[in-house]
Amino acid sequence: MRKGQYRFVAGFLFVPVALYLIFVIWPYIQTFGYSLTNWKGQSQTFDFVGLDNYKALVEDDVFLKAIWHNVFFLVFIPVITILLALFFAFMLNAGGRGRAGGVQGVAGSRLYKIVYFFPQVLSLAILAVLFNAVYRSDGGGLLNGFLIKLGLVDADSPVEWLNEPDMVLWALLLVVVWHGVGFYLVLFSAAMQSVPRDIYEAALIDGAGRGQSFFRITLPLLWDTVQTAWVYLGIVAMDMFVLVSSMTQNMGAYGGGPDHHSDVMSTVMMRNFLYYGKSGYACAMGVVMLLLTLVLSVVTLRATRRERIEF
Amino acid sequence: MGSTAHHGAEGVGRRDLIKRSAALGMVAAPGMGLLSGCASGGGGDSDEGGDTKGKTSKDNPFGAKKGSKLDVVVFKGGYGDDYAKAWEADFSKKLGISSTHTGTQEITGKLQPRFNAGNPPDIVDDSGAQQIKVDVLYKNGQLLDLSEVLDAPSVDDPAKKVRDTLIPGTLDPGMQEGKIVALNYIYTVWGLWYSGKLFKDKGWEVPKTWDDFLAICKDAKSQGIGGLAHQGKYPYYINVAIMDLIAKKGGLDAMKAIDNLDPKAFVGSDAAQEAIEAIYEVVEKGYLMPGTNGLTHTESQTRWNQYKAVFITSGSWLENEQLKQTPTDFDMKFLPMPLLSGSTLPFEAIRAGSGEPFVIPAKAANRPAAQEFMRRMLSKEWSTLFAKQANSLTILKDGVDPGVRLRPGTQSTVEASKAAGDNTFRYLYTEWYGEMGTAIEAASNELMAKRIQPKEWLKRCQAAVDKQAKDPASKKNHRD
Repeated sequence: MRKGQYRFVAGFLFVPVALYLIFVIWPYIQTFGYSLTNWKGQSQTFDFVGLDNYKALVEDDVFLKAIWHNVFFLVFIPVITILLALFFAFMLNAGGRGRAGGVQGVAGSRLYKIVYFFPQVLSLAILAVLFNAVYRSDGGGLLNGFLIKLGLVDADSPVEWLNEPDMVLWALLLVVVWHGVGFYLVLFSAAMQSVPRDIYEAALIDGAGRGQSFFRITLPLLWDTVQTAWVYLGIVAMDMFVLVSSMTQNMGAYGGGPDHHSDVMSTVMMRNFLYYGKSGYACAMGVVMLLLTLVLSVVTLRATRRERIEF
Repeated sequence: MGSTAHHGAEGVGRRDLIKRSAALGMVAAPGMGLLSGCASGGGGDSDEGGDTKGKTSKDNPFGAKKGSKLDVVVFKGGYGDDYAKAWEADFSKKLGISSTHTGTQEITGKLQPRFNAGNPPDIVDDSGAQQIKVDVLYKNGQLLDLSEVLDAPSVDDPAKKVRDTLIPGTLDPGMQEGKIVALNYIYTVWGLWYSGKLFKDKGWEVPKTWDDFLAICKDAKSQGIGGLAHQGKYPYYINVAIMDLIAKKGGLDAMKAIDNLDPKAFVGSDAAQEAIEAIYEVVEKGYLMPGTNGLTHTESQTRWNQYKAVFITSGSWLENEQLKQTPTDFDMKFLPMPLLSGSTLPFEAIRAGSGEPFVIPAKAANRPAAQEFMRRMLSKEWSTLFAKQANSLTILKDGVDPGVRLRPGTQSTVEASKAAGDNTFRYLYTEWYGEMGTAIEAASNELMAKRIQPKEWLKRCQAAVDKQAKDPASKKNHRD
């Protein structure tokens, strides 16, 4: 019986594990193999060049800058999104006061919850189109049009939001945050609703204000969810390919401008892979990205590990 | 929860690379085996004389057989695919050969499996972002040498070979190891564009010198119209203006210096310096259309169509691309780059060349019909059909029937290329050195936004050239 059970389990595992090996692990290995060659991506002829690609990578200013842009997103996307989502979720679930007895959200919280979630149903491509219209660099742009009407911006020199080295990363960051807050708000809301009301009520009776009940009760009990959110947002920050390549000034291909000020690792890699035909070199970038992401995952999981509070 | 997210983190960032390498690994490796298998089988040539080969005659040198079928695949991009449908209709009418038509943007996706399986279409317009690179197809033995078609008698004048009816130099881009395997069919000219109506309304004359050009920009600015628009999000376009100015000022030598990675291509080149200073003057004096630096090509071109700017940089695909946005009385006109004082090339000189490769697969099932089809593509009748449907010129010399009314922009390119005669030029560094091209574009983008000055621009471009020159692979490219 026991033996049959194993066979049963193995039967179920075989297909997914095989798929995983073929479509995930094997390409990783291939990528590493290609990263040691001068492969040009258009035919199967190439030479082995050892670690040359990796040596060149260390001196590639564009790629090194791109890593820092990913780090920028890695820091700010999770922090801002999570803080905003937590704040809104708290307000929607426990922020309202007024009626005697009981803890509740601000008035109209059900409606807000739905409205906040809207951006999440948009795909990244639509998001890019939408925000291209917002950031458009002439009077036809939403922001510029508004500012020109208010007289804050001269119609002859509108702000080129995505063509300003100091602004472009923040402009992209805003898109991601706008897109993400609604989802994490709902995620945190769900978690908050599983926190027993009597804890809040007890705090209320003891005279706790909103701030205190948030920091002393809500946040500690939500830590697990926050950690999950952090990892997911970290993934978004390490990618950013779609937004950068479809919104920013074109540096040959896949956006990245002005002057590579918004390039992230994935756009640099794709540009080298397809546009420059330096596919072997791009594979080396891929391997570096894999290592960085692995390190990041380990660090995130370690840093956020805490005792789980049972309730 | 944490651990599933952990796995997700590994996968997402390299999604594209994984897809590609997996696809390449899976498709390419067995594909190659198939190909070599087929090639050594020797089936290809004997098929040819089978049921698709009809009687040859003077009007039908390849023996295209009545009642057979032709499989046509066309890239459906900026030029649409109506022109191909018009050809196919004519082909069916005249030769009794019907066609299956496929218009698509996914050339690679649709055709790679068919090439690998040995049943490719009979004729393909292999273009667009998802084209299968011609050199790859050639190296895999998938392409027919087009010399038979090019040496066949021309439809219009049977005394001439087809190849002698084409604009000189336009076959070159389709050459692989000395053989023409791709027919780059569309003839493109690059330069500035303006609205004839706007010029008429304002009483402006066509500017032949840079000073005249600036004067018009100034006048326009005083009336609240931008002088020059460009498709800022793609700095490729402003480089058309900059590089044309360099070539016309310094002559072909200045152009070749850049293509051949000369240590004085930019820094130390008077032509380059004067050209970039001229462009910078436009920026400094505020003659750019407001916001144009950050606009995409459609946004910018549409604004220009709305008379928000006088001039715009582009190639001759512009008219077709803007068909819907162009007012009926806009009267689109092409303008060769105005001259800086003391220029080597005349005002009429233009950047011009051929693009949009058409190929006949070596294993085409109906080769005679495909060859006949291509021969007819290079007839005046079909070339005119193309000009009418796609609003662009073909590589056929005087290839448009003068009796046919073309759209104004296309008509003006006909006149411009006639006026230019042999005074055409074309940069090759963009095809040879993508990375260097990108560095120059990045510098131009900075210049247009006034973040760097001409001196710095020259330095950055020269640095890009010098860097490229250090790459041993660049020794293979040289032009005389």
